[in-house]
Amino acid sequence: MAAIETDGLTKDYAVGFWRPRPYRALDGVTLRVEANEVFGFLGPNGAGKTTTLKLLMQLIYPTAGRISILGRPAGDPEVRRRVGFLPEAPYFYDYLTAEELLTYFAGLFGIRNPERRRRVGDLLDRLGIGGERRLPMRKFSKGMLQRVGLAQALINDPEIVFLDEPMSGLDPIGRRDVCALILSLRDRGCTVFFSSHILSDAETLCSRVGILAGGKMVATGLLSEMLAFKVAGWELVVAGIDAAALGMLGAVVRGVAPMADGRCTVDLAPDCEPERVIAAVHDRGGRLVSLNPMRLTLEDVFVAQVKASQAAAPAGRFMPEG
Amino acid sequence: MARVILLVAYHVFKESVRDKVLYNLVLFATLMISASYLVGQLTAGQDIKIIKDLGLAASAVFGLFIAVFIGVGLVWKEVDRRSVYNVLVKPLRRHHFIVGKFIGLALTLLVNLAVMATAVYLVLAVMAWTEPGLANAAIVDAPVVDPNLLKAFLLIYVQLLVVTALALFFSTFSSPMLSAALTFGLYVVGHFNADLAHFENVVKSRAAARLAGALYYLLPNLAPFDVKAAVVHGQAVPAGYVLLTCGYGLLYAAAVLGLAMLVFARRDFK
Repeated sequence: MAAIETDGLTKDYAVGFWRPRPYRALDGVTLRVEANEVFGFLGPNGAGKTTTLKLLMQLIYPTAGRISILGRPAGDPEVRRRVGFLPEAPYFYDYLTAEELLTYFAGLFGIRNPERRRRVGDLLDRLGIGGERRLPMRKFSKGMLQRVGLAQALINDPEIVFLDEPMSGLDPIGRRDVCALILSLRDRGCTVFFSSHILSDAETLCSRVGILAGGKMVATGLLSEMLAFKVAGWELVVAGIDAAALGMLGAVVRGVAPMADGRCTVDLAPDCEPERVIAAVHDRGGRLVSLNPMRLTLEDVFVAQVKASQAAAPAGRFMPEG
Repeated sequence: MARVILLVAYHVFKESVRDKVLYNLVLFATLMISASYLVGQLTAGQDIKIIKDLGLAASAVFGLFIAVFIGVGLVWKEVDRRSVYNVLVKPLRRHHFIVGKFIGLALTLLVNLAVMATAVYLVLAVMAWTEPGLANAAIVDAPVVDPNLLKAFLLIYVQLLVVTALALFFSTFSSPMLSAALTFGLYVVGHFNADLAHFENVVKSRAAARLAGALYYLLPNLAPFDVKAAVVHGQAVPAGYVLLTCGYGLLYAAAVLGLAMLVFARRDFK
């Protein structure tokens, strides 16, 4: 059984007051997230990531499509007991302290004392805001509110955590802490679904990713499969041969950059045979220093997918009327 | 179910207390003490009526302002600041949230009104104690410390529950400014609603008379909740009348609350 499953998830909004036009925020998104997986939901701003998360949390209702979480329909009270959610840039009640907020939310889950007191204290300490537990949240910085948001998402010890831009507003130490937290959640068997446009975070944390662009799912799969064996070129470093001679090696050479100590970096096309180029370098009196494949990064995949999707739908996301 | 509703309600009450809403009670107490001193110069007996009248009117007005100004922001503020996202994903239904909000504000109003009623009784008791002659002068209409005042306070409270339900209903889909205008509008209309029942006497059009008749049943009828004059002048307010009026008010509030739940349950939080 998949932890999260959507099928043809679509959401239209009416835009405009006098003559509302249907705007397709999400277009037939189908995805499957397995249990105990860290799934990165990636996409540029406005791609529909937050819309998808709100649909999964039933904060908005789909125009079409089906959602299943832990084998049940989204919004089922049993599902809500077993999931946690961190919204983007969370905001809480000014008049409450972090401790009171977590106590309130623990109460909504029916968690009673002394367990409630223990969980609240542990989470606040774990997220580094234990010292500020009795401070009204109106005095909290954005980063501290983000930490409170994470704490409240974990108060029920969830099986699945949905995190919308969890690194937003955090300093480098905060980001490192959240990365460690996500990995520790994975290690104890929790499924993590997080949306982000910070690709380095996804590359560090995710086992699988989905890329959303223009409201459509344009790519999904294991990160290792997406990036493996896709060589974008070769970086050859040679010595004892000048740049002009290297330029004569043919069309496979995309560029030559002289370096210190008489060395040169040669940018080779991905479809070349590096052994032949190395032999040619030897023939001209040069010697090999190093040869490295240039792997595709997640950023390369992301940019390529997003550009392709923009080219495929130049008309935008407003639906034809009538 | 009851547990989560009460938790939401408790936090509405807590917010009201921490937002210093109950500070209005200090203002009310000051008003009552000043008024009792100033009207002390008037003819014996009249000052007691004025204190009762002022006490009841001030309680109704203070309560109205609290019901409207807190009520219109109860849901809207949560949606606008997106704090609602954190609550609605927890194991509670959307209608539990609405009922909890209503009960929380009803509790705030109850505490307010109870303290104001106590203040009115205290002022009256002090006046009766310091000037024993007043009791004889006032006995013509009603006793100085009149238990019937409680009937007036009870009706004010139920009226405030109707107003709270209206404010909460508007708060589920419109901005506080518009909600406040609509709630105040309905409050005013509600006090003149009885005129609509006899509209056929002043217009010839049957359609207009029917429309007025429909509006009479649709709009809140708040005039029956105002028994200040009767209580102050010692006229009887039968228990049956109080019960019937309270029953109407509670039913009306429940219906409006039902509409609020319906709107809120279908709403997308964009």
